[in-house]
Amino acid sequence: MIRTQALTKDFVVSRSRTVHAVRGISLDVEPGELVAVLGPNGAGKTTTLRMLTTLIPPTSGTAEVAGYDVVTHPDRVRAAIGYVGQGGAGGASQRVRDELVTQGEIYGLDRRTARSRAGELTEALDLTEQADRKIESLSGGQKRRLDVAVGLVHEPSLLFLDEPSTGLDPHNRANLWQHILRMRTAAAEPMTIVLTTHYLDEADTFAERVIVVDHGQVIADDTADALKAELAGDLVTLRVPPEHAAPLAGIAERASGTRSVRVLRAGGVSTVEIRTADGPGAAPGLLRAADAAGVPVSRVDVTRPTLDDVFLGLTGRSLRETAVVDAPDGGQGTVATGSTGGGSTNLTNNSSTNNSSDSDSSDKKEVLA
Amino acid sequence: MSAATLTPGTTTRPSARPLPRRSFLRDTRIVLVRELQPVVRDPFSLVFGLVQPLVFLGLFGPLLAGSAGEALGGDVWLWFVPAVLAMTTLFGTSVTGSNLQLDLSSGVHERMLVTPLSRPAQLVGRALKEMVPIVVQSAIVVLVMLPFGLRPDPIGTVLTLLQLAVLGIGVGSLSYALALAVRKQEWMFWVVQQTFLFPVMMLSGMLLPLENGPAWMQAASSVNPLRYVVDSGRAAFAGDLMSSAVAWGWVAAVATAVLGLVVGVRAMVRSAD
Repeated sequence: MIRTQALTKDFVVSRSRTVHAVRGISLDVEPGELVAVLGPNGAGKTTTLRMLTTLIPPTSGTAEVAGYDVVTHPDRVRAAIGYVGQGGAGGASQRVRDELVTQGEIYGLDRRTARSRAGELTEALDLTEQADRKIESLSGGQKRRLDVAVGLVHEPSLLFLDEPSTGLDPHNRANLWQHILRMRTAAAEPMTIVLTTHYLDEADTFAERVIVVDHGQVIADDTADALKAELAGDLVTLRVPPEHAAPLAGIAERASGTRSVRVLRAGGVSTVEIRTADGPGAAPGLLRAADAAGVPVSRVDVTRPTLDDVFLGLTGRSLRETAVVDAPDGGQGTVATGSTGGGSTNLTNNSSTNNSSDSDSSDKKEVLA
Repeated sequence: MSAATLTPGTTTRPSARPLPRRSFLRDTRIVLVRELQPVVRDPFSLVFGLVQPLVFLGLFGPLLAGSAGEALGGDVWLWFVPAVLAMTTLFGTSVTGSNLQLDLSSGVHERMLVTPLSRPAQLVGRALKEMVPIVVQSAIVVLVMLPFGLRPDPIGTVLTLLQLAVLGIGVGSLSYALALAVRKQEWMFWVVQQTFLFPVMMLSGMLLPLENGPAWMQAASSVNPLRYVVDSGRAAFAGDLMSSAVAWGWVAAVATAVLGLVVGVRAMVRSAD
């Protein structure tokens, strides 16, 4: 469905400065896939999408979308794809139904077919009551559903979503995704969806494949589960009195499945953090071994990895710190957006990763190597 | 919903679908109809555009009649109403780029660029839409002035409205081109628009006759297309349909339209990045 080779985009800002927004991205997306392109702001996600949707030509490299080259056959590509951009698709003074009918006509439907298609879409996306209202009077969630409806008028087999849920509250995000996923399977053949996002849980929950982009390059590409298992692993955190920390670290290092061990000390207690392939499976064994060695463990936490851990492991930076622009406290306050896996999210663990991300990243690079 | 109703027999390759037939005229019509929809749904919006010409007619017209009535010879309204119509056209169409600015800052323009819609049609359709408010507003102004003693030549009036509509296509296109050219510094739009607006208005002889101005003003006004359109309107309202003033008015209006469309289409085609 999408095939790119060494796709590159440079923006010449001034005579002495060129921004390399996308540096040689090669991708293959098969029909029916649901792919999330994840990365911090400025990673090149949107630029890549703008090339794939024929908005801007690549500086070098090639991209074939829906069977056609984006440079030589942009009209063929445009006819085949649907696009939901970051901004709103509907004119403020237009009415919901009018915009959908116009969009249908643009894609070659006659007026009557376009009207019935507009009716189907307003119903499917829960906009029937708003159909004759001006778009400026819609709520944020309603506007975004309209954007999706506009992108789906011609039943594209490939839909691009550029940060579809940015600015929506959690309830509206969930609602929007419910609609997107239903529309995807309602089609005769499952629609291929490519979305960009900097919401970790969005990529984690909905995408079947996650492509992590940083500095204009693909740095990881797999299912969310595989990325987490391979690149991060579970985190088992044991709290002990300081004098027992070193023996416990030794026990943990000998345990099977352990990838790295780190000892943190805060106040009167020490914390031993163990990265392991299977946290829930390793914890009982660790506790038994600690007991046998006379190490009094006062607290246990098992944390399943998030995609943020994956990004941290790959780049040494937290996606939350680089991406969450609207949270003034950076990574600290975003506990809720992160983990969707079954594990507990432990505030102690979170703040320690943020405070000591340098040592943390070096640990993880060992894991990767 | 029945997803398969529109494309029965959708094949595995989406691109194997036949491309819908595209024609420039059809695309232009789609854009034109879309632009007109808010006006049709809410025709009252056109009334706001009438405030300014009526203020000029009500507050400036009597002054003009009092101070320059003699010099203008005969009917002040036949001299002033065509000028006010040209002014309404100029003001209304020169700001229309701000509508496109809204679409540029939201995602509407981008959405259109990702569709197969012809890009020149996206400009031409918008420009043609400018004709509708011009003709409607001008007709209302003329009707309102009839009880106050305006007695224009009927054919001359219709021809003047058409000429203003053609002029409006050009000015509107230039306004759109400006909006596209300064899309990365939006505030520039108003700086440039205001910088051009008032000199063009003053040098058209709309408000006061240029004949009494200095020679350099008359020279400057000779390259101002609006001046010829204003003169043409005055001649046509007076029933002098075969005069050279009317002919020059058409030359100026058509030239402005052609220039505007060429500049506008070029700007539109390059508006993606």
